[in-house]
Amino acid sequence: MATYKLQINGRTYEADVEPDTPLLWVLRDNLGLVGTKFGCGIAQCGACTVHVNGNAMRSCVYPVSAVGNSKITTIEGLSADGDHPVQLAWDEVDVAQCGYCQAGQIMTASALLNRNPKPSAEEIDNAMHGNICRCGTYHRIREAVALAATKTK
Amino acid sequence: MSTLPKPSRRDFMKLAATAGGGLMLGFSWTSTSASAMKVVKDSSLAGGSIEFNSFLSLSPDGIVTIFSPNPELGQNIKTSFPMIVAEELDADWTKVKVVQAPLDTKKFDRQVTGGSGAVPHSWERLRKAGATARQMLMEAAAKKWKVSTSTLITENGMVVHQATGRKLSYGELATEAAKVPVPTDVKLKDVKDFKLIGKVVRNVDNKEMITGKPLYGMDFYKEGMLFAMIQRPEAFGTKIKSVDAAAAKAMPGIVDVVTFKNNVAVVGKSTWQVNKARKVLKIQYEKDGDLESSSDHDRIFKTLLAKPEATVRRKEGDVDAAFKKAAKVVKSEYQCPFLSHSPMEPMNFFAHVRPDGVELAGPTQTPEMARGMVAKMLNIDPEKITLELTRLGGGFGRRLSADYVLEAAELSSIIKAPVKVIWTREDDMTGGTYRPAVRYRFEAALDTQGNMIGYKLRGAGINAGNPTREDNFPSGAVDNLLIESIEHKSTITTGPWRAPITNFLAFAEQAFLDEVAEAAKKDPVQFRLALLDKAKKSPAGPVRYDIDRMRGVIELAAEKSGWGKKKGVAQGFSVYFSHRSYVAQVAEVKLKNNKPVVDKIYAAADCGIVINLSGAYQQVRGGVVDGLGHAMYSNMTFKDGVPEQKNFNSYRLIRMKEVPEIDVHFVNNGIDPTGLGEPALPPTGGAVANAIFKATGKRLRNQPFMEQAELKNA
Ligand code: FES
Ligand code: FES
Repeated sequence: MATYKLQINGRTYEADVEPDTPLLWVLRDNLGLVGTKFGCGIAQCGACTVHVNGNAMRSCVYPVSAVGNSKITTIEGLSADGDHPVQLAWDEVDVAQCGYCQAGQIMTASALLNRNPKPSAEEIDNAMHGNICRCGTYHRIREAVALAATKTK
Repeated sequence: MSTLPKPSRRDFMKLAATAGGGLMLGFSWTSTSASAMKVVKDSSLAGGSIEFNSFLSLSPDGIVTIFSPNPELGQNIKTSFPMIVAEELDADWTKVKVVQAPLDTKKFDRQVTGGSGAVPHSWERLRKAGATARQMLMEAAAKKWKVSTSTLITENGMVVHQATGRKLSYGELATEAAKVPVPTDVKLKDVKDFKLIGKVVRNVDNKEMITGKPLYGMDFYKEGMLFAMIQRPEAFGTKIKSVDAAAAKAMPGIVDVVTFKNNVAVVGKSTWQVNKARKVLKIQYEKDGDLESSSDHDRIFKTLLAKPEATVRRKEGDVDAAFKKAAKVVKSEYQCPFLSHSPMEPMNFFAHVRPDGVELAGPTQTPEMARGMVAKMLNIDPEKITLELTRLGGGFGRRLSADYVLEAAELSSIIKAPVKVIWTREDDMTGGTYRPAVRYRFEAALDTQGNMIGYKLRGAGINAGNPTREDNFPSGAVDNLLIESIEHKSTITTGPWRAPITNFLAFAEQAFLDEVAEAAKKDPVQFRLALLDKAKKSPAGPVRYDIDRMRGVIELAAEKSGWGKKKGVAQGFSVYFSHRSYVAQVAEVKLKNNKPVVDKIYAAADCGIVINLSGAYQQVRGGVVDGLGHAMYSNMTFKDGVPEQKNFNSYRLIRMKEVPEIDVHFVNNGIDPTGLGEPALPPTGGAVANAIFKATGKRLRNQPFMEQAELKNA
C-alpha cells in the first residue's frame, strides 16, 4: 500500500492503495466517485473514460501510481451543475437508454471537442468508435456531439 | 465457515478531500453515493405528500410523485409509465417527480421487465390510477365551490370551473381530495384528447445519468459492505475437485475465501484487491458432464435434423402430398451461434442476510422471482426480504435469470456480512446463460404458378426448448404445413436473450421466404402480401397474428423506402410479428470496393399508440442496431466446454462506424399500446441478408455474417 495524492475535479484527494490499482477502482471504491463506469477492464469499451490533463484516458488500465500530478476530470467534475455543452446536448437529444455507457461517451466527446471544437461527421465517428453502447444509441451520440459543437464557445 | 469482524467504516482507506483550500475530513458515503441509493421512504417524498394510490402521491405544494414499479433497463419505462398516469391526471409534467418503487407485491403486480409485456399489462391500470385521482380532485373542488363536477374541467395540474374561470391547483386540493371516497368507475380520456402521450418527453433520469450519479447496482454501496468476486468453473461440464486458497487469503485486503456449490468466492475490502487475489487461487476441476466444443454442435445439428422423428408443433393439411405434387421444391438450412448478452453493466448484486431478515439490492428484471428463490434457498419468509431495484445497465434477458442474486445471498449467509458480488466482464461473458445455438431446416413446395402449397420447418436447438414459433407467419397462410422441433441437452447454460428465439428465427424465416420468392420469380413484398391475402381469404388453421396490421407495416416500409423504385442500391425486405408488435424493415446495401455495406435501414412499426415518441423511436433504432450488430459480428464459441470469447477484444459488438442511417416510422392507429423493447430486433438480419443477396448474389444463411465465406471472400 502507498498513499497517493490525486488532483481530481479541482480538489486534492488522498488514497491509500496498492500501486497497481487502476485509477478506475480508486475513483469508485476509494473516493466514492462512481460516475466513472466499469465495462470491460481492458481498454475496449470506453465506459471508464476520464480526462487526464484534458485528454480522454481509459481509467481501467491506468495504474494510480502513474497518475502523478496529472489533473484528472471525471464525469462528476465535468461541470458544476451538469451544464457542460456536451451534457446539455446529451439531455436535449435524449441520448441515453440504459445510460451505463454514457458517462464514458460524454467524457470521450468532451475531450474531442477540447482539441477539435468543430469536428466533421467523420471525425466524430472516429473519436467515438472506441466507446461501445450496447443499447445502440450511436445515432443520438453522433447527433449530440454535433449539437454540442454548436454550443461550444 | 468463518466469522467476520463487522467493519464499521472502510478502515482500509484514509481519505481526505480538500476543497477551496480547506480540509474536508470525514468523507462519508452516506453524504454522497449511499444516500441516493436508499430505498424510498415516504419521508423522502415532498413535504406532507398524500398517497392517492399505489402509483401516485400529491403534495400540497403541487408536486406529483409517480412511482414506477418496473425495473428500468433502458426501455424507458420509468418515463413512459408515469406519462400514462400524468396524462389521465392532467398533471403538469414539470411538477412530476418519478420515483423507482422497490419490490412491493402488495402494491404492484408484475414488476417484471421482459417479453415487452409491461405496457400491455399496465396500460389500463396506469390510466385508471391517474383518472381516479383526477376525479377525486374534481370532487373536492366541486364541494368547495358548491357546483357539480360536470361543470369542471382539468388542465395542467388545475381544476377549472368553466363558467366563472375559477381555478384551484392540485396542490391546494390535495388534502381535501384525499378524503373523497375512491371512485370505482372513472371515465378514461378519449385517445384523441391525449396531450402528453405521443409526445417527445425526455428521460426522467437524464440529469442523473449525465452527471454520473449513483444509479446502478454497480454503484450501490452500504456502510460496512464487503466486495466479492466468484471464481466459477472455466469449462461447462466440470466441477470443483480441490481448492487451495492459501495464497489468495494472504493477499492484502482479503477477508475470506469461501467455497460453496461450484463457486469459490474471494471476499475482501475492494474490487481490485479481490480481483487480484482470485488470480492466485489454485482450483482443480474434474469432469462432471460433456465438455462440448462448437465443432461438436455442428455434428449434433446434423444428427438432429436427420432424425426421422421430432416433436410436432403444428400440422396443417397433407404435407407429403403437397411436396409430391410440387413443381418446385426449395430447401435451405440456417444456423446461428450462441451469444452472450453482455449488458454494459456486468452482473452484480448486493445481499445482507441477517438472522431477522434479508436485504437485497441490485439490477434484476424479475425482482419477485429473485426474492422468491432467495426465500426458498434460505428457507425464510419472503416478506422478510426487501429488494431495492437499482437502474439496470442493460439486461437483454440476462437479468431474467436470478443466478447472480442467489449467489450473493448465499455468500452473505455464509460470511454473515453485507456483501456485493461483482462480476468482471470475463465472468459475465463466460458465466453462461447464453442465447442458444439453433439450426433450422426449411422446405417449401411451389406449384406451377409459384404459389407456396407446402411448408416444412424443423428447428434443432441446443438447450433451446422449442426453437420454433409454430403460430407465427407464414402459418395460417400455407395449406400444408409441418413445424417440428428437436433439442439437444447441453451442459452449456442458456436463457432468454432479447426477443427470445425470434431474434434468430425471424432472420432465418424471412431470408428463406426470400429464397422461395426468388424461386417463384416473384417480388418479395408482393409474395408476402399474397400469402397474407391467402391467410385472410382461406386461412389454413388458426391465424394468430393480425393480418391487416402486418399488411400495414409492410406497406408503410415499402412506401417509405421507395421499394423497388431505387437505382444503384440493393434493397432487402423483412417483416415480423413478435411480442405483440409488428415491424417491417427494408435494408439498403451498396457495394464499396466490391464489398457489401449496409447503407440505410427503414423500419415501420405498429405498436399501437406510441406513448413517448423519443423513447419509442430510440427503442426501434436501438433494436435495429442490436439486430444488425449480432447478425454481422457476434459469435460465442466453445472448446472443450470453455467459452473462447472472454471480453470485447474477441467478442465483437457493433460500434459507431458500423451503424448505418436508420429511418423509423410508426403506424398511427389508436390501438392500445404494445411493447417495443424487442419487436424491432428480429426483422433486421433478414432484411440485411436479403439486401446482400440482391447486391452480390450471395445468400447468407449463417450468422455472424462477417465470418461466413460469402463475405470474407467478397
Ligand atoms: S472499462 Fe475501461 S475501457 Fe472498458
Ligand atoms: S445506453 Fe446502454 S450501453 Fe449505452
